[in-house]
Amino acid sequence: MMIPLLLGITLMTFFIMQLAPGKPTDLVTDLNTRMSSEAREKLVKLYELDRPWHERYWKWLKRMSRLDFGTSFRDGRPVIKKIAESLPATLLLNILSLILIFTAALAIGIFSAVKKDSLFDKISTFFVYLGFSVPTFWVALLLMIGLGLKLGLLPISGLRSIHYSDLSAWRKFLDMSAHLVLPVFVMALTGLAGLARYSRSAMLEVIRQDYVRTARAKGLPERTVILKHAFRNALIPIVTLLGLMLPELIGGSFIFETIFAYPGMGRLGYDAIMARDYPMLMGIGTIVALLTLAGNLLADLLYAFCDPRIRYQ
Amino acid sequence: MISIYLHRIFRNKLAFAGALLMVILIILALTAPWLAPSHFADQSLIDRLQPPSGKHWMGTDDLGRDVFSRLLWGTRVSLVVAFVAVGIATLFGTLVGLIAGYFGRWTDAVLMRAVDILLCFPTFFLILMVIAFLEPNIVNVMIVIGVTSWTGLARLVRGETLSLRERDFILAARALGASTPRILFVHLLPNVVAPVVVSATLGVGGAILTESALSFLGLGVQPPDPSWGNMLSAGKDYIYFAWWLSVFPGLAILTTVMAFNLLGEGLRDALDPRS
Repeated sequence: MMIPLLLGITLMTFFIMQLAPGKPTDLVTDLNTRMSSEAREKLVKLYELDRPWHERYWKWLKRMSRLDFGTSFRDGRPVIKKIAESLPATLLLNILSLILIFTAALAIGIFSAVKKDSLFDKISTFFVYLGFSVPTFWVALLLMIGLGLKLGLLPISGLRSIHYSDLSAWRKFLDMSAHLVLPVFVMALTGLAGLARYSRSAMLEVIRQDYVRTARAKGLPERTVILKHAFRNALIPIVTLLGLMLPELIGGSFIFETIFAYPGMGRLGYDAIMARDYPMLMGIGTIVALLTLAGNLLADLLYAFCDPRIRYQ
Repeated sequence: MISIYLHRIFRNKLAFAGALLMVILIILALTAPWLAPSHFADQSLIDRLQPPSGKHWMGTDDLGRDVFSRLLWGTRVSLVVAFVAVGIATLFGTLVGLIAGYFGRWTDAVLMRAVDILLCFPTFFLILMVIAFLEPNIVNVMIVIGVTSWTGLARLVRGETLSLRERDFILAARALGASTPRILFVHLLPNVVAPVVVSATLGVGGAILTESALSFLGLGVQPPDPSWGNMLSAGKDYIYFAWWLSVFPGLAILTTVMAFNLLGEGLRDALDPRS
Protein backbone atom coordinates (compact mmCIF):
# COMPACT_ATOMS: atom_id res chain seq x y z
CA MET A 1 0.00 0.00 0.00
CA MET A 2 2.71 2.47 1.00
CA ILE A 3 5.25 1.47 -1.67
CA PRO A 4 3.06 2.07 -4.75
CA LEU A 5 1.95 5.34 -3.20
CA LEU A 6 5.57 6.39 -2.77
CA LEU A 7 6.39 5.45 -6.35
CA GLY A 8 3.34 7.36 -7.54
CA ILE A 9 4.44 10.44 -5.63
CA THR A 10 7.88 10.42 -7.24
CA LEU A 11 6.40 9.75 -10.68
CA MET A 12 4.05 12.67 -10.27
CA THR A 13 6.82 15.06 -9.15
CA PHE A 14 8.89 13.92 -12.11
CA PHE A 15 6.08 14.59 -14.56
CA ILE A 16 5.24 18.02 -13.21
CA MET A 17 8.87 18.89 -13.87
CA GLN A 18 8.51 17.66 -17.45
CA LEU A 19 5.71 20.23 -17.80
CA ALA A 20 8.30 22.95 -17.66
CA PRO A 21 8.61 24.44 -21.13
CA GLY A 22 11.93 24.09 -22.92
CA LYS A 23 14.98 22.14 -21.87
CA PRO A 24 17.35 23.00 -19.03
CA THR A 25 20.09 23.43 -21.62
CA ASP A 26 18.20 26.17 -23.48
CA LEU A 27 19.59 28.78 -21.19
CA VAL A 28 23.09 28.01 -22.40
CA THR A 29 22.31 27.24 -26.04
CA ASP A 30 19.64 29.72 -27.09
CA LEU A 31 21.28 32.71 -25.51
CA ASN A 32 24.57 31.93 -27.16
CA THR A 33 24.45 32.69 -30.88
CA ARG A 34 27.86 31.23 -31.52
CA MET A 35 26.85 27.83 -30.21
CA SER A 36 27.00 25.32 -33.04
CA SER A 37 24.27 22.73 -33.42
CA GLU A 38 26.83 20.00 -32.76
CA ALA A 39 27.78 21.53 -29.46
CA ARG A 40 24.11 21.76 -28.66
CA GLU A 41 23.67 18.05 -29.42
CA LYS A 42 26.65 17.27 -27.25
CA LEU A 43 25.19 19.15 -24.31
CA VAL A 44 21.87 17.36 -24.65
CA LYS A 45 23.78 14.04 -24.72
CA LEU A 46 25.82 15.05 -21.70
CA TYR A 47 22.71 15.64 -19.61
CA GLU A 48 21.09 12.56 -21.19
CA LEU A 49 18.09 14.57 -22.30
CA ASP A 50 17.91 12.40 -25.42
CA ARG A 51 17.20 9.28 -23.38
CA PRO A 52 13.58 8.06 -23.07
CA TRP A 53 11.71 9.33 -20.01
CA HIS A 54 11.56 6.02 -18.15
CA GLU A 55 15.35 5.71 -18.22
CA ARG A 56 15.74 9.25 -16.87
CA TYR A 57 13.07 8.63 -14.27
CA TRP A 58 14.80 5.46 -13.10
CA LYS A 59 18.12 7.28 -12.75
CA TRP A 60 16.47 10.14 -10.90
CA LEU A 61 14.71 7.68 -8.62
CA LYS A 62 17.98 5.95 -7.75
CA ARG A 63 19.53 9.27 -6.81
CA MET A 64 16.46 10.25 -4.84
CA SER A 65 16.51 7.08 -2.78
CA ARG A 66 19.84 8.37 -1.45
CA LEU A 67 18.11 11.73 -0.79
CA ASP A 68 20.32 13.30 -3.44
CA PHE A 69 18.22 16.01 -5.06
CA GLY A 70 21.14 17.78 -6.72
CA THR A 71 22.12 21.36 -6.11
CA SER A 72 20.05 24.52 -6.07
CA PHE A 73 20.22 26.68 -9.22
CA ARG A 74 20.37 29.78 -7.07
CA ASP A 75 23.43 29.30 -4.90
CA GLY A 76 24.74 25.90 -5.91
CA ARG A 77 24.27 24.43 -2.43
CA PRO A 78 22.87 20.90 -2.08
CA VAL A 79 19.08 20.93 -2.05
CA ILE A 80 18.82 18.47 0.80
CA LYS A 81 20.99 20.66 2.99
CA LYS A 82 18.83 23.72 2.41
CA ILE A 83 15.70 21.69 3.16
CA ALA A 84 17.25 20.23 6.31
CA GLU A 85 18.00 23.74 7.55
CA SER A 86 14.48 25.04 7.07
CA LEU A 87 12.42 21.96 7.89
CA PRO A 88 12.60 22.23 11.72
CA ALA A 89 11.10 25.74 11.66
CA THR A 90 8.25 24.56 9.44
CA LEU A 91 7.61 21.49 11.57
CA LEU A 92 7.55 23.67 14.68
CA LEU A 93 5.00 26.00 13.10
CA ASN A 94 2.81 23.19 11.80
CA ILE A 95 2.87 21.14 14.99
CA LEU A 96 2.04 24.15 17.15
CA SER A 97 -0.83 25.05 14.83
CA LEU A 98 -2.08 21.49 14.92
CA ILE A 99 -2.05 21.48 18.71
CA LEU A 100 -3.93 24.78 18.78
CA ILE A 101 -6.44 23.53 16.22
CA PHE A 102 -7.14 20.35 18.13
CA THR A 103 -7.42 21.78 21.63
CA ALA A 104 -9.49 24.79 20.61
CA ALA A 105 -11.68 23.00 18.09
CA LEU A 106 -12.46 20.07 20.37
CA ALA A 107 -13.26 22.36 23.27
CA ILE A 108 -15.56 24.50 21.12
CA GLY A 109 -17.10 21.44 19.49
CA ILE A 110 -17.87 19.63 22.73
CA PHE A 111 -19.16 22.70 24.47
CA SER A 112 -21.48 23.77 21.66
CA ALA A 113 -22.79 20.23 21.28
CA VAL A 114 -23.49 19.83 24.98
CA LYS A 115 -25.11 23.26 25.20
CA LYS A 116 -26.84 23.05 21.82
CA ASP A 117 -28.74 26.22 20.81
CA SER A 118 -27.24 28.19 23.70
CA LEU A 119 -25.79 31.63 23.11
CA PHE A 120 -22.29 30.14 23.06
CA ASP A 121 -23.35 27.65 20.41
CA LYS A 122 -24.84 30.37 18.23
CA ILE A 123 -21.82 32.65 18.53
CA SER A 124 -19.37 29.85 17.83
CA THR A 125 -21.43 28.68 14.83
CA PHE A 126 -21.27 32.21 13.47
CA PHE A 127 -17.49 32.35 13.90
CA VAL A 128 -17.13 28.95 12.30
CA TYR A 129 -18.94 30.25 9.22
CA LEU A 130 -16.72 33.27 9.23
CA GLY A 131 -13.61 31.11 9.57
CA PHE A 132 -14.65 29.05 6.55
CA SER A 133 -15.17 32.03 4.31
CA VAL A 134 -12.47 34.46 5.34
CA PRO A 135 -9.33 34.71 3.22
CA THR A 136 -6.75 33.85 5.87
CA PHE A 137 -3.92 35.78 4.23
CA TRP A 138 -6.11 38.86 4.59
CA VAL A 139 -6.59 38.19 8.30
CA ALA A 140 -2.81 37.83 8.53
CA LEU A 141 -2.40 41.21 6.88
CA LEU A 142 -4.92 42.91 9.20
CA LEU A 143 -3.41 41.33 12.32
CA MET A 144 0.09 42.37 11.28
CA ILE A 145 -1.08 45.94 10.94
CA GLY A 146 -3.33 46.01 13.99
CA LEU A 147 -1.35 44.07 16.57
CA GLY A 148 2.07 44.45 15.02
CA LEU A 149 2.44 47.93 13.63
CA LYS A 150 -0.28 50.10 15.20
CA LEU A 151 -0.21 48.62 18.69
CA GLY A 152 3.34 47.28 18.55
CA LEU A 153 2.38 44.26 20.64
CA LEU A 154 3.92 41.50 18.55
CA PRO A 155 6.76 41.12 16.09
CA ILE A 156 5.46 40.55 12.57
CA SER A 157 8.27 38.84 10.71
CA GLY A 158 10.92 36.20 11.08
CA LEU A 159 11.42 33.82 13.96
CA ARG A 160 14.05 35.69 15.97
CA SER A 161 14.88 39.29 16.77
CA ILE A 162 18.11 40.85 15.50
CA HIS A 163 19.63 40.87 18.98
CA TYR A 164 18.60 37.25 19.57
CA SER A 165 22.12 35.94 20.17
CA ASP A 166 22.68 38.40 23.05
CA LEU A 167 19.66 37.19 25.00
CA SER A 168 19.56 34.83 27.94
CA ALA A 169 18.03 31.41 27.41
CA TRP A 170 14.69 32.41 28.94
CA ARG A 171 14.58 35.63 26.92
CA LYS A 172 15.39 33.64 23.80
CA PHE A 173 12.42 31.43 24.46
CA LEU A 174 10.16 34.45 25.02
CA ASP A 175 11.47 36.12 21.89
CA MET A 176 10.77 33.10 19.72
CA SER A 177 7.35 32.56 21.28
CA ALA A 178 6.36 36.15 20.52
CA HIS A 179 7.42 35.69 16.92
CA LEU A 180 5.36 32.52 16.67
CA VAL A 181 2.05 33.89 17.99
CA LEU A 182 0.72 35.46 14.79
CA PRO A 183 1.84 32.78 12.29
CA VAL A 184 0.54 29.95 14.47
CA PHE A 185 -2.79 31.66 15.09
CA VAL A 186 -3.36 32.53 11.44
CA MET A 187 -2.34 29.09 10.23
CA ALA A 188 -4.72 27.46 12.67
CA LEU A 189 -7.68 29.57 11.57
CA THR A 190 -9.03 27.60 8.58
CA GLY A 191 -8.54 24.16 10.05
CA LEU A 192 -10.00 25.33 13.34
CA ALA A 193 -13.35 26.26 11.81
CA GLY A 194 -13.68 22.97 9.96
CA LEU A 195 -12.70 20.79 12.89
CA ALA A 196 -14.83 22.71 15.41
CA ARG A 197 -17.88 22.14 13.31
CA TYR A 198 -17.04 18.54 12.61
CA SER A 199 -16.50 17.73 16.26
CA ARG A 200 -19.75 19.48 17.18
CA SER A 201 -21.73 17.27 14.82
CA ALA A 202 -19.78 14.16 15.85
CA MET A 203 -20.59 14.92 19.49
CA LEU A 204 -24.27 15.57 18.73
CA GLU A 205 -24.42 12.22 16.98
CA VAL A 206 -22.86 10.39 19.93
CA ILE A 207 -24.86 12.11 22.65
CA ARG A 208 -28.05 10.64 21.18
CA GLN A 209 -26.77 7.07 21.48
CA ASP A 210 -28.20 4.55 23.90
CA TYR A 211 -24.95 3.97 25.76
CA VAL A 212 -24.82 7.62 26.73
CA ARG A 213 -28.33 7.39 28.11
CA THR A 214 -27.31 4.23 29.95
CA ALA A 215 -24.30 5.99 31.43
CA ARG A 216 -26.55 8.80 32.64
CA ALA A 217 -29.09 6.31 33.97
CA LYS A 218 -26.34 4.61 35.93
CA GLY A 219 -26.05 7.90 37.78
CA LEU A 220 -22.57 8.79 36.54
CA PRO A 221 -21.70 12.45 36.92
CA GLU A 222 -22.33 14.49 33.75
CA ARG A 223 -18.60 15.20 33.36
CA THR A 224 -17.77 11.53 33.15
CA VAL A 225 -20.63 10.87 30.75
CA ILE A 226 -19.50 13.61 28.37
CA LEU A 227 -15.74 13.20 28.57
CA LYS A 228 -15.42 9.44 28.97
CA HIS A 229 -18.41 7.91 27.31
CA ALA A 230 -19.41 10.40 24.65
CA PHE A 231 -16.17 12.16 23.76
CA ARG A 232 -14.06 9.04 23.31
CA ASN A 233 -16.49 7.76 20.73
CA ALA A 234 -16.80 11.10 18.98
CA LEU A 235 -13.00 11.19 18.72
CA ILE A 236 -12.91 8.30 16.27
CA PRO A 237 -14.31 10.09 13.21
CA ILE A 238 -12.40 13.24 14.21
CA VAL A 239 -9.04 11.49 13.99
CA THR A 240 -9.82 10.49 10.40
CA LEU A 241 -10.07 14.17 9.59
CA LEU A 242 -6.54 14.73 10.86
CA GLY A 243 -5.05 12.88 7.89
CA LEU A 244 -7.06 15.01 5.49
CA MET A 245 -6.13 18.26 7.21
CA LEU A 246 -2.38 17.82 7.00
CA PRO A 247 -1.89 18.59 3.30
CA GLU A 248 -4.05 21.67 3.73
CA LEU A 249 -1.97 22.82 6.68
CA ILE A 250 1.36 22.27 4.94
CA GLY A 251 -0.02 24.02 1.84
CA GLY A 252 -0.80 26.98 4.08
CA SER A 253 2.87 27.13 5.08
CA PHE A 254 3.68 28.37 1.60
CA ILE A 255 1.44 31.41 1.96
CA PHE A 256 1.96 32.27 5.59
CA GLU A 257 5.69 31.73 5.80
CA THR A 258 5.98 34.10 2.85
CA ILE A 259 3.76 36.72 4.45
CA PHE A 260 5.50 36.53 7.82
CA ALA A 261 9.01 36.18 6.31
CA TYR A 262 9.30 33.01 8.36
CA PRO A 263 12.51 31.05 7.77
CA GLY A 264 10.93 27.71 6.89
CA MET A 265 10.47 25.31 4.01
CA GLY A 266 7.34 27.08 2.77
CA ARG A 267 9.20 30.26 2.08
CA LEU A 268 12.07 28.31 0.60
CA GLY A 269 9.53 26.77 -1.77
CA TYR A 270 7.99 30.11 -2.65
CA ASP A 271 11.40 31.57 -3.41
CA ALA A 272 12.26 28.50 -5.49
CA ILE A 273 9.05 28.96 -7.49
CA MET A 274 9.78 32.61 -8.13
CA ALA A 275 13.33 31.77 -9.23
CA ARG A 276 12.31 28.68 -11.26
CA ASP A 277 14.76 26.68 -9.18
CA TYR A 278 13.75 23.22 -10.47
CA PRO A 279 16.00 20.95 -8.37
CA MET A 280 14.91 22.81 -5.24
CA LEU A 281 11.24 22.45 -6.17
CA MET A 282 11.54 18.74 -6.93
CA GLY A 283 13.18 18.21 -3.57
CA ILE A 284 10.57 20.20 -1.66
CA GLY A 285 7.71 18.56 -3.56
CA THR A 286 8.92 15.11 -2.65
CA ILE A 287 9.57 15.98 0.99
CA VAL A 288 6.16 17.61 1.36
CA ALA A 289 4.42 14.54 -0.05
CA LEU A 290 6.44 12.28 2.24
CA LEU A 291 5.49 14.42 5.23
CA THR A 292 1.84 14.10 4.33
CA LEU A 293 2.22 10.36 3.98
CA ALA A 294 3.90 10.17 7.39
CA GLY A 295 1.07 12.24 8.84
CA ASN A 296 -1.49 9.85 7.41
CA LEU A 297 0.34 6.93 8.94
CA LEU A 298 0.32 8.73 12.27
CA ALA A 299 -3.41 9.32 11.93
CA ASP A 300 -3.89 5.58 11.33
CA LEU A 301 -1.92 4.78 14.48
CA LEU A 302 -3.90 7.30 16.49
CA TYR A 303 -7.02 5.74 15.09
CA ALA A 304 -6.03 2.39 16.53
CA PHE A 305 -5.16 4.11 19.79
CA CYS A 306 -8.61 5.71 20.04
CA ASP A 307 -10.60 2.71 18.92
CA PRO A 308 -9.80 -0.57 20.68
CA ARG A 309 -11.95 -2.44 18.15
CA ILE A 310 -9.31 -1.77 15.48
CA ARG A 311 -6.44 -2.73 17.77
CA TYR A 312 -7.75 -6.21 18.42
CA GLN A 313 -8.44 -7.10 14.83
CA MET B 1 -39.75 17.10 -6.98
CA ILE B 2 -37.86 20.29 -7.76
CA SER B 3 -40.55 22.42 -6.14
CA ILE B 4 -40.11 20.46 -2.90
CA TYR B 5 -36.40 21.27 -2.95
CA LEU B 6 -37.01 24.92 -3.78
CA HIS B 7 -39.48 25.11 -0.94
CA ARG B 8 -36.94 23.58 1.45
CA ILE B 9 -34.20 25.94 0.34
CA PHE B 10 -36.37 29.01 0.77
CA ARG B 11 -37.44 27.84 4.20
CA ASN B 12 -33.79 27.89 5.26
CA LYS B 13 -33.14 31.58 5.90
CA LEU B 14 -29.36 31.39 5.68
CA ALA B 15 -29.44 29.48 2.41
CA PHE B 16 -31.91 31.99 1.04
CA ALA B 17 -29.63 34.85 2.04
CA GLY B 18 -26.77 33.07 0.28
CA ALA B 19 -28.81 32.57 -2.89
CA LEU B 20 -29.91 36.21 -2.86
CA LEU B 21 -26.33 37.41 -2.42
CA MET B 22 -25.18 35.16 -5.24
CA VAL B 23 -27.80 36.57 -7.60
CA ILE B 24 -26.84 40.13 -6.65
CA LEU B 25 -23.16 39.35 -7.21
CA ILE B 26 -23.83 37.84 -10.62
CA ILE B 27 -25.88 40.91 -11.61
CA LEU B 28 -23.09 43.19 -10.36
CA ALA B 29 -20.54 41.22 -12.36
CA LEU B 30 -22.63 41.38 -15.52
CA THR B 31 -23.39 45.09 -15.25
CA ALA B 32 -20.01 46.25 -13.93
CA PRO B 33 -19.13 48.24 -17.11
CA TRP B 34 -22.29 50.35 -16.69
CA LEU B 35 -22.46 50.48 -12.89
CA ALA B 36 -18.86 51.36 -12.19
CA PRO B 37 -18.22 55.11 -11.98
CA SER B 38 -15.03 54.68 -14.02
CA HIS B 39 -13.07 52.10 -15.98
CA PHE B 40 -10.83 49.83 -13.89
CA ALA B 41 -7.69 51.18 -15.51
CA ASP B 42 -8.59 54.90 -15.44
CA GLN B 43 -5.80 56.67 -13.63
CA SER B 44 -5.79 60.12 -12.15
CA LEU B 45 -2.49 60.82 -10.49
CA ILE B 46 -3.73 63.98 -8.77
CA ASP B 47 -6.26 61.89 -6.85
CA ARG B 48 -3.91 59.17 -5.69
CA LEU B 49 -4.44 57.51 -2.29
CA GLN B 50 -7.58 59.49 -1.48
CA PRO B 51 -9.56 58.18 1.51
CA PRO B 52 -13.22 57.18 0.94
CA SER B 53 -15.40 60.19 0.11
CA GLY B 54 -18.61 61.06 -1.72
CA LYS B 55 -16.74 61.09 -5.01
CA HIS B 56 -14.76 57.89 -4.44
CA TRP B 57 -16.88 55.68 -2.18
CA MET B 58 -13.98 53.40 -1.33
CA GLY B 59 -11.14 55.81 -1.95
CA THR B 60 -8.46 55.60 -4.62
CA ASP B 61 -5.30 53.54 -4.97
CA ASP B 62 -1.67 54.49 -5.55
CA LEU B 63 -2.35 55.26 -9.22
CA GLY B 64 -5.46 57.28 -8.47
CA ARG B 65 -7.81 54.54 -9.67
CA ASP B 66 -11.27 54.35 -8.10
CA VAL B 67 -11.29 51.37 -5.70
CA PHE B 68 -15.07 50.91 -5.90
CA SER B 69 -14.93 50.60 -9.70
CA ARG B 70 -12.07 48.17 -9.56
CA LEU B 71 -13.93 46.12 -6.97
CA LEU B 72 -16.96 45.87 -9.27
CA TRP B 73 -14.83 44.82 -12.24
CA GLY B 74 -13.00 42.43 -9.95
CA THR B 75 -16.31 40.66 -9.23
CA ARG B 76 -16.31 39.56 -12.87
CA VAL B 77 -12.79 38.17 -12.70
CA SER B 78 -13.35 36.34 -9.42
CA LEU B 79 -16.67 34.81 -10.45
CA VAL B 80 -15.53 33.78 -13.93
CA VAL B 81 -12.35 32.18 -12.62
CA ALA B 82 -14.26 30.36 -9.90
CA PHE B 83 -17.09 29.15 -12.16
CA VAL B 84 -14.79 27.85 -14.89
CA ALA B 85 -12.44 26.18 -12.39
CA VAL B 86 -15.33 24.51 -10.57
CA GLY B 87 -16.83 23.49 -13.92
CA ILE B 88 -13.63 21.68 -14.85
CA ALA B 89 -13.33 20.08 -11.42
CA THR B 90 -16.97 18.96 -11.43
CA LEU B 91 -16.70 17.43 -14.89
CA PHE B 92 -13.50 15.59 -14.00
CA GLY B 93 -14.60 14.47 -10.56
CA THR B 94 -18.02 13.22 -11.66
CA LEU B 95 -16.62 11.34 -14.64
CA VAL B 96 -13.80 9.68 -12.71
CA GLY B 97 -16.13 8.85 -9.83
CA LEU B 98 -18.79 7.31 -12.09
CA ILE B 99 -16.27 5.25 -14.04
CA ALA B 100 -14.37 4.04 -10.98
CA GLY B 101 -17.56 3.18 -9.12
CA TYR B 102 -19.33 1.47 -12.00
CA PHE B 103 -16.50 -0.58 -13.48
CA GLY B 104 -14.90 -1.50 -10.17
CA ARG B 105 -11.99 -3.97 -10.15
CA TRP B 106 -8.72 -2.70 -11.56
CA THR B 107 -10.23 0.45 -13.14
CA ASP B 108 -11.39 1.47 -9.69
CA ALA B 109 -8.08 0.47 -8.10
CA VAL B 110 -5.98 2.47 -10.57
CA LEU B 111 -8.16 5.59 -10.45
CA MET B 112 -8.45 5.63 -6.68
CA ARG B 113 -4.71 5.13 -6.19
CA ALA B 114 -4.19 8.11 -8.50
CA VAL B 115 -6.56 10.10 -6.29
CA ASP B 116 -4.63 8.98 -3.19
CA ILE B 117 -1.37 10.16 -4.73
CA LEU B 118 -2.85 13.54 -5.63
CA LEU B 119 -4.19 13.89 -2.10
CA CYS B 120 -0.65 13.52 -0.75
CA PHE B 121 0.33 16.81 -2.34
CA PRO B 122 -1.06 19.89 -0.68
CA THR B 123 -3.34 21.30 -3.39
CA PHE B 124 -2.03 24.80 -2.94
CA PHE B 125 1.58 23.69 -3.37
CA LEU B 126 0.65 21.69 -6.46
CA ILE B 127 -1.03 24.75 -7.94
CA LEU B 128 1.96 26.95 -7.11
CA MET B 129 4.33 24.46 -8.72
CA VAL B 130 2.35 24.14 -11.94
CA ILE B 131 1.75 27.88 -12.20
CA ALA B 132 5.49 28.40 -11.83
CA PHE B 133 6.08 26.51 -15.06
CA LEU B 134 3.18 27.92 -17.01
CA GLU B 135 2.64 31.60 -17.26
CA PRO B 136 0.56 33.10 -14.47
CA ASN B 137 -2.56 34.43 -16.20
CA ILE B 138 -6.34 34.10 -15.86
CA VAL B 139 -6.71 31.12 -18.18
CA ASN B 140 -3.92 29.08 -16.59
CA VAL B 141 -5.19 29.88 -13.09
CA MET B 142 -8.67 28.61 -13.97
CA ILE B 143 -7.35 25.42 -15.54
CA VAL B 144 -4.89 24.65 -12.77
CA ILE B 145 -7.39 25.21 -9.96
CA GLY B 146 -9.91 23.06 -11.82
CA VAL B 147 -7.51 20.23 -12.60
CA THR B 148 -6.23 20.02 -9.02
CA SER B 149 -9.50 20.14 -7.09
CA TRP B 150 -11.61 17.24 -8.40
CA THR B 151 -10.33 14.51 -6.09
CA GLY B 152 -12.78 14.97 -3.23
CA LEU B 153 -15.75 14.91 -5.57
CA ALA B 154 -14.42 11.83 -7.40
CA ARG B 155 -14.33 9.92 -4.11
CA LEU B 156 -17.83 11.08 -3.21
CA VAL B 157 -19.35 10.12 -6.57
CA ARG B 158 -17.52 6.79 -6.57
CA GLY B 159 -18.99 5.94 -3.18
CA GLU B 160 -22.51 6.78 -4.30
CA THR B 161 -22.06 4.87 -7.57
CA LEU B 162 -20.75 1.80 -5.77
CA SER B 163 -23.98 1.44 -3.83
CA LEU B 164 -26.24 2.46 -6.73
CA ARG B 165 -24.62 -0.13 -9.01
CA GLU B 166 -26.10 -2.96 -6.99
CA ARG B 167 -29.63 -1.59 -7.07
CA ASP B 168 -32.42 -3.27 -9.04
CA PHE B 169 -33.01 -0.46 -11.51
CA ILE B 170 -29.46 -0.70 -12.80
CA LEU B 171 -29.77 -4.46 -13.07
CA ALA B 172 -33.03 -3.95 -14.97
CA ALA B 173 -31.42 -1.45 -17.32
CA ARG B 174 -28.63 -3.89 -17.98
CA ALA B 175 -31.03 -6.75 -18.53
CA LEU B 176 -32.86 -4.64 -21.12
CA GLY B 177 -29.59 -4.27 -22.99
CA ALA B 178 -28.81 -0.62 -22.22
CA SER B 179 -25.33 0.38 -23.35
CA THR B 180 -22.69 1.26 -20.77
CA PRO B 181 -22.70 5.00 -21.56
CA ARG B 182 -26.49 4.95 -21.28
CA ILE B 183 -26.35 3.30 -17.87
CA LEU B 184 -23.67 5.74 -16.73
CA PHE B 185 -25.24 8.96 -17.93
CA VAL B 186 -28.97 8.27 -18.08
CA HIS B 187 -29.41 5.99 -15.09
CA LEU B 188 -26.55 6.66 -12.69
CA LEU B 189 -25.78 10.33 -13.25
CA PRO B 190 -29.19 11.73 -12.25
CA ASN B 191 -28.89 9.86 -8.97
CA VAL B 192 -25.61 11.47 -8.00
CA VAL B 193 -26.60 15.00 -9.05
CA ALA B 194 -27.49 16.11 -5.52
CA PRO B 195 -24.04 15.65 -3.93
CA VAL B 196 -22.41 17.00 -7.08
CA VAL B 197 -24.43 20.22 -6.94
CA VAL B 198 -23.63 20.69 -3.25
CA SER B 199 -19.93 20.08 -3.76
CA ALA B 200 -19.83 22.42 -6.76
CA THR B 201 -21.49 25.24 -4.81
CA LEU B 202 -19.08 24.84 -1.91
CA GLY B 203 -16.27 24.53 -4.47
CA VAL B 204 -16.97 28.00 -5.85
CA GLY B 205 -16.14 29.53 -2.48
CA GLY B 206 -12.94 27.52 -2.27
CA ALA B 207 -11.92 28.47 -5.81
CA ILE B 208 -12.42 32.16 -5.06
CA LEU B 209 -10.19 31.84 -1.98
CA THR B 210 -7.51 29.98 -3.95
CA GLU B 211 -7.57 32.47 -6.81
CA SER B 212 -7.30 35.42 -4.46
CA ALA B 213 -4.42 33.82 -2.56
CA LEU B 214 -2.59 33.12 -5.84
CA SER B 215 -3.18 36.65 -7.09
CA PHE B 216 -2.08 37.99 -3.73
CA LEU B 217 1.24 36.16 -4.13
CA GLY B 218 1.57 37.58 -7.64
CA LEU B 219 1.01 34.20 -9.30
CA GLY B 220 -2.60 34.66 -10.35
CA VAL B 221 -4.46 37.34 -12.26
CA GLN B 222 -1.94 39.93 -13.38
CA PRO B 223 -2.39 43.70 -13.10
CA PRO B 224 -3.82 45.91 -14.56
CA ASP B 225 -6.69 43.36 -14.66
CA PRO B 226 -8.41 43.84 -11.31
CA SER B 227 -8.84 40.81 -9.08
CA TRP B 228 -9.62 41.10 -5.39
CA GLY B 229 -6.43 39.20 -4.64
CA ASN B 230 -4.10 41.40 -6.62
CA MET B 231 -5.82 44.53 -5.26
CA LEU B 232 -4.92 43.30 -1.77
CA SER B 233 -1.42 42.59 -2.94
CA ALA B 234 -1.00 46.11 -4.31
CA GLY B 235 -2.64 47.60 -1.22
CA LYS B 236 -0.37 45.91 1.30
CA ASP B 237 2.48 48.30 0.55
CA TYR B 238 0.31 51.24 1.63
CA ILE B 239 -1.52 49.47 4.41
CA TYR B 240 -0.14 51.71 7.13
CA PHE B 241 -1.72 54.89 5.81
CA ALA B 242 -4.31 53.66 3.29
CA TRP B 243 -6.44 51.08 5.11
CA TRP B 244 -9.20 51.25 2.50
CA LEU B 245 -6.98 49.51 -0.06
CA SER B 246 -6.79 46.43 2.16
CA VAL B 247 -10.16 46.41 3.89
CA PHE B 248 -12.66 46.56 1.00
CA PRO B 249 -11.27 43.85 -1.31
CA GLY B 250 -10.93 41.53 1.69
CA LEU B 251 -14.55 42.18 2.67
CA ALA B 252 -15.60 41.51 -0.92
CA ILE B 253 -13.89 38.09 -0.85
CA LEU B 254 -15.36 37.29 2.56
CA THR B 255 -18.93 38.17 1.52
CA THR B 256 -18.77 36.30 -1.76
CA VAL B 257 -17.26 33.14 -0.32
CA MET B 258 -19.75 33.26 2.53
CA ALA B 259 -22.66 33.56 0.05
CA PHE B 260 -21.62 30.39 -1.78
CA ASN B 261 -20.89 28.51 1.44
CA LEU B 262 -24.28 29.39 2.91
CA LEU B 263 -26.02 28.35 -0.28
CA GLY B 264 -24.03 25.13 -0.46
CA GLU B 265 -24.87 24.21 3.13
CA GLY B 266 -28.52 25.06 2.53
CA LEU B 267 -28.56 22.89 -0.59
CA ARG B 268 -27.02 20.03 1.33
CA ASP B 269 -29.74 20.21 3.97
CA ALA B 270 -32.45 20.49 1.32
CA LEU B 271 -31.20 17.73 -0.96
CA ASP B 272 -30.16 15.26 1.70
CA PRO B 273 -32.93 12.65 1.83
CA ARG B 274 -31.99 11.78 5.41
CA SER B 275 -32.91 15.17 6.80
